[in-house]
Amino acid sequence: MSELLGILIFLKPWVGGILCVIGALLALIGSIGVLRFPDFFTRLHAASITDTSAVTLSLLGMAILAPSWLVVFKLAAIWLFIFLTSPTGSHALANAAHTAGLQPVLGRDLKRPDNSEEGA
Amino acid sequence: MGYFAGLIFVLAALWLGLSGIYKPLLLILAGISILISVVLASRLETVDREGSPYGRSIPILSYWAWLMIEIFKANWPVIKACVSANLNINPAFVRVKTRCESDLAKTIFANSITLTPGTVTVEVEGGKLLIHALFEEDATPDSFDEMDLRSYRAADGKREEELAA
Repeated sequence: MSELLGILIFLKPWVGGILCVIGALLALIGSIGVLRFPDFFTRLHAASITDTSAVTLSLLGMAILAPSWLVVFKLAAIWLFIFLTSPTGSHALANAAHTAGLQPVLGRDLKRPDNSEEGA
Repeated sequence: MGYFAGLIFVLAALWLGLSGIYKPLLLILAGISILISVVLASRLETVDREGSPYGRSIPILSYWAWLMIEIFKANWPVIKACVSANLNINPAFVRVKTRCESDLAKTIFANSITLTPGTVTVEVEGGKLLIHALFEEDATPDSFDEMDLRSYRAADGKREEELAA
């Protein structure tokens, strides 16, 4: 039993660290997507990777590394509030762009719409 | 009254979890701050079925668990699209009908769609949602049907009986 506990204590920093690194890599991929995607609406999709899986994995890694349960509770609260607020923010951005008349890039050939009025 | 009890319980749990110092003075201050929050919430008239939905915690939490799996499944195509050499995406607008009636259920459904990578809710008008999707072929109106049904059950299920009671 104490052997198992020893193995778990040995593994704890590794598992937590690896989860944090995977989360950071996903955030990096999300940022690459934001830079590469053609228009405003598609960039929102790339940002949602950072909002969901990157945040979840990083916070999970931090929770495993955390020294006390109070820290775990705070991380859980952060996670909950990010999941409640980030879609609201994305929706507000998308809705504002749509209401303002921003034309999206549509279709597989990614045809550029005429946005000269808005661009001016 | 149950809505007030739920709100007070959640606020107290949040305060106890965030503080970590349990001296009498701080506990008194906590009580005062919770009281002020509840008074403000009741003056805003937000303490009702939708503003304090803690009575429906179990259906909402089980919906959340299902949603987490869906979000992680939906992450893969978007990650692949971000890092693949040619930009293999097919963005489109999709219109989806929802059966959700209350604002809470509609908010849960629309926010679930936005949270899922690859789809963003652009507009909600009555029972219809305008969705921008990254892959047109994955975002048929039928593909949102299960999420719609589940968010309806989580937030609106048995609503008629509750309203009648």
